[in-house]
Amino acid sequence: MPFTIALVQFQTRLGDVQVNLERHLEWIRRAREQGADLVVFPELSLTGYLVQDLVPTVARKPRPDDPAFGPLLEASKEVDLVVGFVEEDRRSRFFNSAAYLSRGQVVHVHRKVYLPTYGMFDEGRFFAWGDRVSAFDTRFGRFGMLICEDFWHVSPPYLLWLDGADVMLFPTASPGRGIVPASAQLGVARWVENVVQAYAGLFTVFTAFANRVGFEDGIHFWGGSALYGPDGTLLVQAPYHEPSMTLYQVDLRDLHRARARLPLLRDERTSLFQRELARILEQRGLPKAPRL
Amino acid sequence: MTERPSPPWVDLSIHTDLVRRILVDFIRTEITRAGFQRAVVGVSGGVDSALVCFLTAEALGPENVLALRMPYRTSSPESLEHAQLVIEKTGVQSRTVDITPMVDAYLERYAPDADQVRRGNVMARTRMIVLYDHSAAFRGLVVGTGNKTEILLGYTTLYGDAAYAINPIGDLYKTQVWQLAEAVGVPQVIVNKAPSADLWVGQTDEGELGFSYRLADQILYRLVDERYTPEEVVALGFPPEVVQAIVERVRRNHYKRIMPPIAKLSHRTVGYDFLYLRDWGTG
Repeated sequence: MPFTIALVQFQTRLGDVQVNLERHLEWIRRAREQGADLVVFPELSLTGYLVQDLVPTVARKPRPDDPAFGPLLEASKEVDLVVGFVEEDRRSRFFNSAAYLSRGQVVHVHRKVYLPTYGMFDEGRFFAWGDRVSAFDTRFGRFGMLICEDFWHVSPPYLLWLDGADVMLFPTASPGRGIVPASAQLGVARWVENVVQAYAGLFTVFTAFANRVGFEDGIHFWGGSALYGPDGTLLVQAPYHEPSMTLYQVDLRDLHRARARLPLLRDERTSLFQRELARILEQRGLPKAPRL
Repeated sequence: MTERPSPPWVDLSIHTDLVRRILVDFIRTEITRAGFQRAVVGVSGGVDSALVCFLTAEALGPENVLALRMPYRTSSPESLEHAQLVIEKTGVQSRTVDITPMVDAYLERYAPDADQVRRGNVMARTRMIVLYDHSAAFRGLVVGTGNKTEILLGYTTLYGDAAYAINPIGDLYKTQVWQLAEAVGVPQVIVNKAPSADLWVGQTDEGELGFSYRLADQILYRLVDERYTPEEVVALGFPPEVVQAIVERVRRNHYKRIMPPIAKLSHRTVGYDFLYLRDWGTG
């Protein structure tokens, strides 16, 4: 069944969930008018990205009785939604999360696994690490979600692939940087686009990222949200730097066509991978990642 | 004496349309979200403030920008003329405030023996007073004009030219400022002249620093952006005494780049664990 995806990139008000909720609802209304079946918002779309000490203040539980999630769940009766938010769990751990909402229900929540804590990034200081990467079923097909830095690591998309995800959605808040060497495209944009495009081709799946625009202090988010098809081609891309909504009708039969031609999924040797990974971690004495 | 290899120079060129777009958006967004529509820029006649004036005029409209010329009696007449050129070319509002009576009233009475550097700092800080007073009167934010090279080298006056509300060009090396200035239409005569703080007669930045901006940018780019060690930069063939001078300047002047430390006593202290962006609650 074809469905229309809308990638939204907009400026959030830093730390003001109510105002950001209203902006979500307005974009959702416009997306509905244009026939969208699924609206994907960027990372931390309900709060803004550099929330720092605002984290406990803006944290939410994705439940109908939450003042932000109530209206979003209501809206999801008409159109599926991916929203980014600060999640507080029952024991008051705070996660950088993305929720998939559909038919008034929370279908899936992904908690960001890889919190960048280097250079200009300090997420590990403010957030708890997610500990799960799993695909989930939607009314369109089996999907997966990762948040920004998660897809700078190769293993989370690989795990989603093995878990059956045919559509990978990547909410992102990517700060613009990299002006040397000179190019009309920022260095970081080139990297994100290359990586997300490569996953589409390597896994014969649809991949899409929805990236923020606007500023937080001197930090600028470059937009350029994009969708790639299972043969690795760019299907549609939003403009750089500007608020926008970019729509595309996804034909999931493209999966069939791509895999008939290129059976990478069929030929993937998962038991070999598992055996060799176990051997490498065991014999080579590589430091095991703390949450492996 | 062994011949040093000539060092490999990095092409620091930028895509001027991209950078211009980001910086104009930055100025507009950060000024309006703070509740302002207008800006104040000190225009010296040099390339940095000329570029900032062009970008700010583009971001807010020239009618919303006040360019202040603030000469001292020893300032070069050419600086004043070049500042006027920027004002005419951008169409911004302008005012000329002669800082001589303010500066001399203090120096003559309380610091007649002050050396050039002290006098220069008094001038820079007097200009800051004029800029911030006009910021209140004009209801515009002060847009800074310091570039990455001078910020890293600490070639600025703390609470003088280093005082501003926002700075669009602080992550551009001087070499890149020249390129962008040319692209946005800053007159050639301003782009091509020798950079000078014009704090005393005949002063040039490069004469005072002891090395050229083009060389400094190459060395800073390796040290700061690419994280080479000083030894590795010297091994590339850059002059050891210049590398050493730059490393030392960057370290010694770091205090100019950060908020002054507050002695921590409580569980939450401003500057250490009270962390919010300036843009908190806006946007």
